[in-house]
Amino acid sequence: MNADNKILVIGGGMSGLTAALEAAEAGSQVIITEAGPYLGGRVAQLHRYFPKLCPPTCGLEINFRRIKENPNISFYTMAEVTQVSGSAGNFDVTIKVQPRYVNDRCVACHACAEACTQWRVNDFNYGLDKTKAAYLPYDMAFPQQYVIDKSACSGDCGQKCLEACAYDAIELHMTPQTLNFNVGAVIMASGWELYDATKMDNLGFGVVANVITNMQMERLAASNGPTGGQILRPSDQQVPKKVAFVQCAGSRDENHLPYCSYICCMASLKQATYVREKAPEAEVYIFYIDIRTPGRYEQFYWKVRDDENVHLIRGKVAKITQEPGTDNVVVVAENTATGDKQSMVFDMVVLAAGMVPSTKASPFPLPLSYTPDGFVIQDLLPPGVYAVGTLKGPLDVTKSVQDGTGAALKSLIALGRRS
Amino acid sequence: MEIEKKFGVYLCKGCGIAEAINFESLHKVIKKSGKIQHIKEADILCSPEGRALILEDLKPEGEGINCIVVAACSPRVKYEEFDFPNVLVERCNIREQVAWTQEPNNEHTQALAEDYLRMACARIKKAEMPEPYQSECDKTILVIGGGTAGLSAALQAANNGYQVVLVEKEAQLGGFAARMYRQTPSSYPYTTLQEPVVFKMIQEVQNHPKIKVMTAATLEKLDGQPGLFDADITVGGDMETLRVGSVVLAAGWKPYDATKLVNLGYGLSKDVITNIEMEEMAKAGKIVRPSDGKAPESVAFIQCAGSRDPDHLPYCSDFCCTASLKQALYVRESNPNAIAYILYKDIRTPGQTELFYKQVQSDPGVMLTKAEIAEVALGEGGKLRIHATDTLLGANVIFEADLVVLATGMVPATADEAVLNLGYRQGPNLPDLELFSGFADSNFICFPYETRRTGIFAAGCVHQPMNMALATEDGVGAACKAIQAAEHVAAGMAVSPRAWDITFPDPFMQRCTSCKRCTEECPFGAIEEDEKGTPFFKINRCRRCATCMGACPERIVSFKDFSVDQIGSMLKSLDVPEIEDEDDPLAPLRVIGLVCENDAYPALDAAGLHKLRLNPMIRFISLRCLGSFNMVWVSDAFSRGVDGIILLGCKHGDDYQCHFAKGSELCEYRMSKLSETLDKLGLESDRVIQYQIGHSDFDLLPKLIDDFVARVREIGPNPFKEL
Repeated sequence: MNADNKILVIGGGMSGLTAALEAAEAGSQVIITEAGPYLGGRVAQLHRYFPKLCPPTCGLEINFRRIKENPNISFYTMAEVTQVSGSAGNFDVTIKVQPRYVNDRCVACHACAEACTQWRVNDFNYGLDKTKAAYLPYDMAFPQQYVIDKSACSGDCGQKCLEACAYDAIELHMTPQTLNFNVGAVIMASGWELYDATKMDNLGFGVVANVITNMQMERLAASNGPTGGQILRPSDQQVPKKVAFVQCAGSRDENHLPYCSYICCMASLKQATYVREKAPEAEVYIFYIDIRTPGRYEQFYWKVRDDENVHLIRGKVAKITQEPGTDNVVVVAENTATGDKQSMVFDMVVLAAGMVPSTKASPFPLPLSYTPDGFVIQDLLPPGVYAVGTLKGPLDVTKSVQDGTGAALKSLIALGRRS
Repeated sequence: MEIEKKFGVYLCKGCGIAEAINFESLHKVIKKSGKIQHIKEADILCSPEGRALILEDLKPEGEGINCIVVAACSPRVKYEEFDFPNVLVERCNIREQVAWTQEPNNEHTQALAEDYLRMACARIKKAEMPEPYQSECDKTILVIGGGTAGLSAALQAANNGYQVVLVEKEAQLGGFAARMYRQTPSSYPYTTLQEPVVFKMIQEVQNHPKIKVMTAATLEKLDGQPGLFDADITVGGDMETLRVGSVVLAAGWKPYDATKLVNLGYGLSKDVITNIEMEEMAKAGKIVRPSDGKAPESVAFIQCAGSRDPDHLPYCSDFCCTASLKQALYVRESNPNAIAYILYKDIRTPGQTELFYKQVQSDPGVMLTKAEIAEVALGEGGKLRIHATDTLLGANVIFEADLVVLATGMVPATADEAVLNLGYRQGPNLPDLELFSGFADSNFICFPYETRRTGIFAAGCVHQPMNMALATEDGVGAACKAIQAAEHVAAGMAVSPRAWDITFPDPFMQRCTSCKRCTEECPFGAIEEDEKGTPFFKINRCRRCATCMGACPERIVSFKDFSVDQIGSMLKSLDVPEIEDEDDPLAPLRVIGLVCENDAYPALDAAGLHKLRLNPMIRFISLRCLGSFNMVWVSDAFSRGVDGIILLGCKHGDDYQCHFAKGSELCEYRMSKLSETLDKLGLESDRVIQYQIGHSDFDLLPKLIDDFVARVREIGPNPFKEL
């Protein structure tokens, strides 16, 4: 193996971190680029993992420690790969790093955010609240370093945070940086986006106030989320006592996502436990086509199913509307077991929205073959380029990690091609 | 070679620290109690200017300081700024744990900061520069099982330059994959069945110069440790012992025994067969009824035959839905007039396999319905009658079919055989198998290859229920972990989760009483015993959790930077004031918090970041794992006059979160023995308590700690305080 030969990992989420760490601990040099301002990706936004109901930040803590202790890994946040040329063993890559406007002298003291006068929609919390334009992405963010969202700044308000910072950490004139690297292998690990729930006209998202997505539910349940971990419905901040989960919201639907998104059944079963834990008298209804809890997940399914306040209804939801005169939500579903159309009223509805590969919206800067849904076709990837986790098809965290570990070894082998 | 240790303390005034603490009296404490005279301050210690201050002192020609206490922020941040090669660094967290969680400038806050400095000085004085454990090491990868997962592991490891030994118990390589007629599609557009790819892999493996293939071979025993495993392998009665570095366990699965499925008609009629028998028939070229050799006009597939059933297999076998969809196509291909029924509980075609499901569904000769199967019985004219309930066609439906295929599930090889035959004191099997219904799985979502036997990584269907495409990828992942394990052992480093750690347990054996607590408690089976019953360490199995250090009543196990004596010295260094008025609600009690560094400690940091107030009476000490908790610390603390001890560790039980699997549980076990000790001392047992705290539980900490301090206050001050 050529010691100078590096691996580029695109994406600092769970599968990217895994691929990077496994390759680095097997002896390779690794560069990670992450489009967002922190590492950890989607899992950092989850309240708990299924089926153990453990906090995802626990595993991230270990992975961040592994990064901190490993001189073979360097990473760039707010960075995108704009150009790739060459072939296995010898790729030239160009990385564009967007300005953070806060340098690494930042100590996360919060003074800039306190001084800041402007607000921005909090994307970490899926729009459920706002942060200042100078903000820390979330409490456990790694690196623990603030960011300034210039698009939310107004006039020369930046002076206020500049003056508030006692650490010379604010650099309002920071410009995008372009970096060039030569690497032997590229691992694509840019993960997934949640399917845009407003595209499903019949399901009321964006129109009916108390219809939320499954990822919003994660943030509502999290103690570092917008409600401090209380599950409150958006319209009136009341605790919902009757909650419906709508499975396959977009998935398994030719008009939206023809595939199954793999995680949504387990996610909704898991979220049913959030609702039940936080409001013991609450009732949960799950509308589904098939319950898909593969492998040993079955036992988690049994556990939730056996809760007498959890009701599983086999049926496809046809329409969701606001109940006239209240904040409640009307769900019309066809019970496929009985054929009846059923109309029920809920305090809040959670859409089990599906998974869209990030390559659907932003293809990789090398000509690759994709499915019509934007997934990378592994068999047609050029040598030296690997795709991991949800870029190839919907997967859960564990299987993405297994895949990322395998990709690490394949890329190590590709490095050998140079010699 | 012993280098003289020269100490320095560096105090940061930034982030509100100087506003909360009086530095002048801090200096006095460091000099008098900490016994370190070299002290410097910086406005912002992590800034380039602050670092320059430290770097100047580190110069050998100057002060030559080589052991530094950085009294600033949490060790979890600014790690690069305070990383100095060949220098021992002790981070003293007076930002998150003092300035950000306490009221500024009162006596309690000051006392807290001073105690943290005393403990940091004590800690660094008892630390040594670690040097890696070096041993001879073989990097050969042993792969057990020659199915898809094993073949792919062997190939990728060999392609990366490692020697591989592949052991297969059958005479031929390929496992179930080689017995298949067709494979379900694993690539876009997921519509056409594929020729099995396994034969190409077999050929590559057999021709690979770095792979030694042993078929009809059995692993009789696996002894030793990573880097130095000895595998006793027999082929045709001859035994050979091979030295290997690490292991990929890809022993595969067998079909669930269909004779146990009496109600589904297996054994009742020859025309009730399993999905494996169907596969073999298709591969042989003709699908017929075994009873009369005629081509069936109707075939019913019964899903979840054994799977998803608490009386049989308490899990979903993952592959059976797609396998039946595939076999329905065999039926249609073999006889275009035939009808295939698939009777399922739920169709499980996760991910893009859904596209294959849609494809099969569009065939008018394939009929799918949800159904619970009450019974399969003999019908008229040699047909089979399937009594189904709860179907999409009605509550009670009878299907008649010429042939019934039971979609039997998978049983991992490890479920009832000691495949590894480990020569470990703790037993021949992987621990925790029961927890995973017999699979050689991991309990860690983020670290799916981590088991409790270091250097052994499971892949494929012995690991988790999975399909062939995933098993192929899983083999590569396991091979990667196996390579890493061998490389880390060679470098004298631990493997995950402390993959960077070069310290190792170094017991002072002269004082060992052979009580065997360490050998029993080590979560990783790293401690064996010799003929005389004296324990000895297989260091390469060790994951550096220090559970042995906690277990040892003689306190003889130490790491260079972590020892019983070190924590004991920290406890003894505390200033414990006398309590003049017991009824004063602010009387200075002293409570110690021993906390897991991976979860509880970050939660405390988060409490700091959220600027939550923490009780000023508590002083936290981070431990590698609560498994390292040694009961002598309780005596150390109470004899020093400490009033209470709180332990914050990870969740244990079936869904354990402890990354050393057993650490927090063993700590709780030790706690159960503690009341005797405390009773003897005349101390109340509820002065010591353990809580399970998750990484994200920062919001629970203030109340939890306040409540405990209040409880200690109720009990009253430690009577030994005055002595």
